[in-house]
Amino acid sequence: MGGLQKKKYESGSATNYISRNKARKKLSLSLADFRRLCILKGIYPHEPKHKKKVNKGSTAQRTFYLLKDIRFLMHEPIVGKFREYKIFVRKLRKAYGKAEWGTAEKLRGNKPGYKLDHIIKERYPTFIDALRDVDDALSMCFLFSTFPRTGKCHVQTIELCRRLSVEWMNYIITLRSLRKVFLSIKGIYYQAEVLGQIITWLVPYQFAHDHPTDVDYRVMATFTELYTTLLGFINFRLYQTLNLVYPPKVTHSQPAVMLHFDLLSEFGFYCSLLSLSKLSALSASLVRVVSTAEAEEAELDHFPAEGEDGEKLAERLKARQDQDRQEKLFEGLKFFLNREVPRESLAFVLRCFGAQVSWDKSLCIGSTYDVTDETITHHVVDRPSLEKQYINRYYVQPQWVYDCVNARMLLPVEDYFVGVTLPPHLSPFVEEKEGDYVPPEKLKLLALQKGERPEEEEDNDDSEEEEDEDQSDDEDELKGMEEKQASSVKVTPGEAKPVNRQRAEQEAKAEEKRLAVMMMKKRDKYLYDKIMFGKKRSVREANKMSAKRKALDEASKANKKKKLKK
Amino acid sequence: MCLEPARLSHSLHITLCPSLSISLFLSLSLSLSLSLSLSLSLSLSLWLSDYPHIGYDLDGKKIFKPIRNKDELDEFLDKMENPDYWRTIHDKMTGTDVCLSDEQVDLVHRLQQGKFGDVNFNEYEPAIDFFSNEVMIHPVTNRPADKRSFIPSLIEKEKVGKLVHAIKMGWIKPRRPKETAPQYYDLWAKEDPNAILGRHKMHIPAPKMRLPGHEESYNPPPEYLLTDEERQVWEQQDPDERKLSFLPQKYLSLRAVPAFSRFIQERFERCLDLYLCPRQRKMRVNVNPEDLIPKLPRPRDLQPFPTLQSLVYHGHSSLIRSISISPSGQWLVSGSDDCTVRFWEVCTTRCLKTMEVGGPVKSVAWNPAPSISLVAVSYGENVILVNPGLGDRLICSATDQLISSYEEPEEVKDQQVQWAVPEGKAQEQGQRLILTHPKAVKQVSWHGRGDYLACVMPDDGSSLQVVIHQVSRRRTQNPFHRNKGAVQCVSFHPSRPYFLVATQRYVRVYNLIKQELTKKLMANCKWISSMAVHPGGDNVICGSYDCRLAWFDLDLSTKPYKVLRHHKKALRGVAYHKHYPLFASGSDDGTVIVCHGMVYNDLLQNPLIVPVKVLKGHIITHDLGVLDVAFHPTQPWVFSSGADGTVRLFT
Repeated sequence: MGGLQKKKYESGSATNYISRNKARKKLSLSLADFRRLCILKGIYPHEPKHKKKVNKGSTAQRTFYLLKDIRFLMHEPIVGKFREYKIFVRKLRKAYGKAEWGTAEKLRGNKPGYKLDHIIKERYPTFIDALRDVDDALSMCFLFSTFPRTGKCHVQTIELCRRLSVEWMNYIITLRSLRKVFLSIKGIYYQAEVLGQIITWLVPYQFAHDHPTDVDYRVMATFTELYTTLLGFINFRLYQTLNLVYPPKVTHSQPAVMLHFDLLSEFGFYCSLLSLSKLSALSASLVRVVSTAEAEEAELDHFPAEGEDGEKLAERLKARQDQDRQEKLFEGLKFFLNREVPRESLAFVLRCFGAQVSWDKSLCIGSTYDVTDETITHHVVDRPSLEKQYINRYYVQPQWVYDCVNARMLLPVEDYFVGVTLPPHLSPFVEEKEGDYVPPEKLKLLALQKGERPEEEEDNDDSEEEEDEDQSDDEDELKGMEEKQASSVKVTPGEAKPVNRQRAEQEAKAEEKRLAVMMMKKRDKYLYDKIMFGKKRSVREANKMSAKRKALDEASKANKKKKLKK
Repeated sequence: MCLEPARLSHSLHITLCPSLSISLFLSLSLSLSLSLSLSLSLSLSLWLSDYPHIGYDLDGKKIFKPIRNKDELDEFLDKMENPDYWRTIHDKMTGTDVCLSDEQVDLVHRLQQGKFGDVNFNEYEPAIDFFSNEVMIHPVTNRPADKRSFIPSLIEKEKVGKLVHAIKMGWIKPRRPKETAPQYYDLWAKEDPNAILGRHKMHIPAPKMRLPGHEESYNPPPEYLLTDEERQVWEQQDPDERKLSFLPQKYLSLRAVPAFSRFIQERFERCLDLYLCPRQRKMRVNVNPEDLIPKLPRPRDLQPFPTLQSLVYHGHSSLIRSISISPSGQWLVSGSDDCTVRFWEVCTTRCLKTMEVGGPVKSVAWNPAPSISLVAVSYGENVILVNPGLGDRLICSATDQLISSYEEPEEVKDQQVQWAVPEGKAQEQGQRLILTHPKAVKQVSWHGRGDYLACVMPDDGSSLQVVIHQVSRRRTQNPFHRNKGAVQCVSFHPSRPYFLVATQRYVRVYNLIKQELTKKLMANCKWISSMAVHPGGDNVICGSYDCRLAWFDLDLSTKPYKVLRHHKKALRGVAYHKHYPLFASGSDDGTVIVCHGMVYNDLLQNPLIVPVKVLKGHIITHDLGVLDVAFHPTQPWVFSSGADGTVRLFT
């Protein structure tokens, strides 16, 4: 007896969490501001283990934040800026209401703003942390840079996004760190490796957007605000590490056209616009801070890492060599892009692997040579037929470029000629595990990578074999009939059934396992059943896929035969 | 000085005031009286209409209405004859008739037509623009300009002076140019990985977006495209349930690929996920399923146990509820629902004897004593003791003698069970005693010595559910005053004076000598169907209708040492082998599972239970499979009886 009476919900998990509304009130912010603050600071809700306890006995749906997080937000200087902005809006509205245009103008001139530098530094204490999170930033910037200059968001934001994304692409080109490209129905996925981090981003196809109504652009804009800041700092740092000038400039070692533009660029207004468009042409290389010799790459020494034996080292070295080879995939090739192909994407990819690329002068600035150039090796075309063709170059469809990049080798061009039905475009991101379904095209590709020549399918042989089989079957049947006629009453000596030892052993083993499974503990059994269920399902799916493929192949083969007969 | 003239004028005004005011008053009163007379006369004419006068003159005398003696006829005549009748108006005020002049008639006509009363008024006079664009020689107003318009403003001068002074002093500065472009610099120039805030130590980075598979390609392999049925299923599914959030599509060339309509939505959803989703670290179980399987001794090392179905005993036409084997292991007895009891030779599957009884046989039990050849058979309310006459003749005759040597005691007690000796054909068939019970008997069970026989008559809550008969003295006892729950089966302990009674959920162990409850075993199942006691006496197994088999260790606990859930359907029978460490269970799923159940003499070592064989053979009929199992007393063979009317021997 004695002591203070314990009350419910005064300690433990109930005090560690705070509901969203309470947090908002504690910070004295409107919901929109609270949302912005959470986005900028990277605060997300938490799911308590015992929701009812935290909710003080109620089972109503609520969003909970950690109280510590909210306390952390209270010290954020940006909260003060939000309040300032609120007051600014109030004053402005008042001035407009009273028709005091002068005051309104003055107020607008003093519009309070804020910077996110410290938040970026706080959220990403090291540069690698920031790089790790840059995927979403890139996808968002690339999306925003395709928005129209009217309506949905500020023109400055769109231009900034465009600038940053172009800077990023130029950096990737300079570093030659693009690894994989994938043409999906959503857009184009790019994967690059920067400072050991794998970074994937998605770029929409160049079309006008059908702006949906169920999207809150304010949320998107807040994210973009954060992402542009992040990407800007990252770009700066990356350019610095490569000794490149930031903001980037293109080199002057280009033909007279470029010089002409440079003269123009003396006149301030055109400066930013032109340089951006030149940059976005992606055809010229960038100015370096220190002009370095061409062959600056020193031979690197290789040291075995800790706990790594000779084999692993060799493996690593081989991977390194492969990568080097991939980086020089298109070196020495000269490409010309026809006007119907996605210019920016192709120029980016080709330049990333060391190709020279140009396009029609009227299409975009930055074209370096003409269609008539005799040294062009590949002409990328995406139309069913072409009237005038040069004899000393390949006319390929754009998929060839992407497939080559993913295969890390120059694929045979025959499958990608103009007007030819393209082979399927496979995702380079899928790594099939054992037991997964592997499409036959992938198998073919793997064989090609190993250096085996694909064997031509010879339909005639198959059919001949089939016929042979048919004949032999007939003979067997005939023999059987004869025997039947002869031996209708005969008693033949019994034959000892051959005992399949192997099979019997297997069966015994299977039975043993089945019996052991029966003796499992309930908890283990549950887990085991779950795992086995998953395995069986994946096997089933793989089987279904291969059956589907087989049926499709047979159907197409039959179609072909029909056509031939006709 | 200044104020004085004003005061003077004021006073003057006051002095002048009376005469002026009077004259004013007069004129006012005059006009008032005029208007008053008018209004008065109007109003008077209204209220004086019933009086002979129309008003009053200045002297206050009545003014009488003019004498008017016109009646309707006069009026009519006047209308007919007077040419000016149409312009004559009766004046109500004066009571006289007034004839309108030509001008007046004209005025009335014009007013009626909505024209101006004055004939000469021109409403369409040309407009004269005073303030026109034409510069005239004279100004419109000739007011001279103010002086202040020629003199610089002092107030403005003061204001400008102040501003100039403030600028000179540096108090006012020009507005700073606004920074429009964001400024970037090397933010991570001095990065310190240890300077992580406390909150960010706990931070869970957002998972990356899932990378696309082959199905998202603009030109996927054909097997990734959905067939028509799959597409229909996809369309009918809820968007949250769909495995793919988009429909895979194939385009012949890159040129043909359209914009993805849900691109912005997907990016927005990702944004929502980033700031609205709770994050949690989930440990993925990374277990090799083979490691989960317990390491058991190989069944091959635990031989002997039955592995093959070797013999089938055909003969019964209905399901066989019970089987029993003679202690010598040479004979087998089976009781079936076709109202027969059959005796078989084990090795040859020959049916040596068929005995018809008066009802479906519920239970048969061979007397376990080797010196007595007696089988208890229960059907309906009767239990008959049969001497099958198989095997050693000496034993058979000794048994007959034993039964016939009974002498009735002097004082006959009233028993609840009638003991009768059959006669005639029944006697010839081998029936030696018939015990008639008050209720249907479900199970019979012999004591190890062979003198006592326990019978079960299940009936929930009744005091008479279990009776124990002593054959040699033809005496019946009811051991329990009352039973809790419906008794399912009973069994004698093989070595000690214990009696086990299984009700629906519990097994009670009674000490027969002390006449008390020693133990109550909780079976953890819904409904016990069968029970068997290990020949060592320390272990009991219970089969239940909810597919479980519970192994009890009587020394350890009242809870099962192990619960086995090997069968898929209800268990019907369980049995222990007498010598070998084996037990078997038969179930409705048509299988008999033989387990190795080694009990060690060392009390510290737990029994080892390993399933060694699943025996299949019985055909499931009417959802019933195996109904009873029994082991051979000497060999590692197991018999099972099933609903398909066969008994099978597995060796």
